Amino acid sequence: MDYFLELFLGGLTRGSIYALIALGYTMVYGIIQLINFAHGEIYMIGAFTALIAASVLTFAGLNQLAIIVIAALAAIIYSAAYGYTIEKIAYKPLRNAPRLSVLISAIGMSLFLQNYVLLAQTSNFLPFPELIPEFEFLKPYSHIIRPSELFICITTAVIMLLLTFLIKFTKIGKAMRAAAQDKTMAMLLGIDVNLVISVTFIVGSATAAIGGVLIASHIGQINFYMGFIAGIKAFVAAVLGGIGSIPGAVLGSLILGWTESFFTGYISSDYEDAFAFLFLVLILIFRPSGILGKKEY
Amino acid sequence: MLKLENIKTYYGNIQALKGVDIQISEGEIITLIGANGAGKTTTLMSISGIAPPRSGKIEFFGKDITNLAPNHIVSMGISHVPEGRRIFPDLTVQENLDIGAFLRKDKEDIAKDLNYVTELFPILKKRRKQAGGTLSGGEQQMLAISRALMGRPKLLLLDEPSLGLAPIIVQKIFEIIKEINSKNKTTIFLVEQNANQALKIANRGYVMENGKIILSDTSENLLTNKEVKKAYLGGE
Repeated sequence: MDYFLELFLGGLTRGSIYALIALGYTMVYGIIQLINFAHGEIYMIGAFTALIAASVLTFAGLNQLAIIVIAALAAIIYSAAYGYTIEKIAYKPLRNAPRLSVLISAIGMSLFLQNYVLLAQTSNFLPFPELIPEFEFLKPYSHIIRPSELFICITTAVIMLLLTFLIKFTKIGKAMRAAAQDKTMAMLLGIDVNLVISVTFIVGSATAAIGGVLIASHIGQINFYMGFIAGIKAFVAAVLGGIGSIPGAVLGSLILGWTESFFTGYISSDYEDAFAFLFLVLILIFRPSGILGKKEY
Repeated sequence: MLKLENIKTYYGNIQALKGVDIQISEGEIITLIGANGAGKTTTLMSISGIAPPRSGKIEFFGKDITNLAPNHIVSMGISHVPEGRRIFPDLTVQENLDIGAFLRKDKEDIAKDLNYVTELFPILKKRRKQAGGTLSGGEQQMLAISRALMGRPKLLLLDEPSLGLAPIIVQKIFEIIKEINSKNKTTIFLVEQNANQALKIANRGYVMENGKIILSDTSENLLTNKEVKKAYLGGE
């Protein structure tokens, strides 16, 4: 039973991280029908930024809480700036081009950012400090759940709530939904659609950055390639849930997280990635629009 | 208030408007009639900045708005109800109306206008929490007009408001359009294929053919004009 619980919570943690990344995919897809393949790189850049910030702050001798908060904020701001800039450079000039052109531009951006970090940093794995503190009350359950896992799940839940509020009740949230449904009509009502698209990229990048910081601290090491596999998995999760749907992205991420966790726990950890992609193939065959996605006409 | 001078608009390499001149004064109801594909919708899209003209000039209250972004044009007081209504299907009726007032910050007046449109179309109040996509065609048209009114426009552009609606609803929509004009002093530019109805409520009309204005006159004269009768009114 303990083993089951351990796998369940491990899967929840994985799913949470996937969800933080998948949100960016699905929100961007919802609004400009683009799979932003550079999104995984944003997550990686978030982790690198946090590492640099944390190293500097540790050197400066700040206490741990201050380090976590400032490093996370730095990651969010830096990644958001990247997301914003990528859209302006690589996607906006192609707004009226065929979808394939934009997709290729996205893949190019992804490769560029990976190699840029490879050159600017290193190709080695870098150790990442454990930013998340030990919780006293968790000690008796340490064989089931690690403090960082609890922290990741709670942080993700809070972010989901904030995001739901943003999208459902705020003015910019309504504008985002309106622009996703009919861009021309949104413009006719005075919505600056370019601004809405920028905001979408910023929000998506910020949540991915949080995911990057959390996972880096959880695993304890990062490298320039980390965004690729995580990005693809989150993409699988978004497609599974129904690309374009926000609840779908969360649901798909959790399902993928649990599937991976249970399969690796009970069957074999050698095929972890294979399970994820097997999943993708099955979805695309049997339910291409995803669990909560709309049928495409 | 609105002046179009020799507007030429293209879609890619296809010229949709071949030099259009239109003038609208404050408080008027002006209609633009013509066959399918004559360029009526493009004329409206050019005014609202979605399909900006390649040459020519559009002035609103003496200001050049030819190459302004759509959101700036809306903020100057031009609301556009496009063909096919284009309700946001997954937003509720209330949210659709909220979005109509997107650029406004005067909360009290927005509430007043919300009251006003639900008095014009009481059915919207009943449907407030329903998704826009679940409404009938007539209700969607009412919502589309209301949404545009929520922007408190000085000039309301209406593209085929009667399209696909039952005659009794068409009647009602036209009555309301007249009421909006007389009560709020909102100037109305109405594009219609239903020329007969449109000319009945309009002060003046323009007739469009192949991207050009071929005739413009008062509504009375157009209603009795032989050519117009033959081509657009289905009469002898």
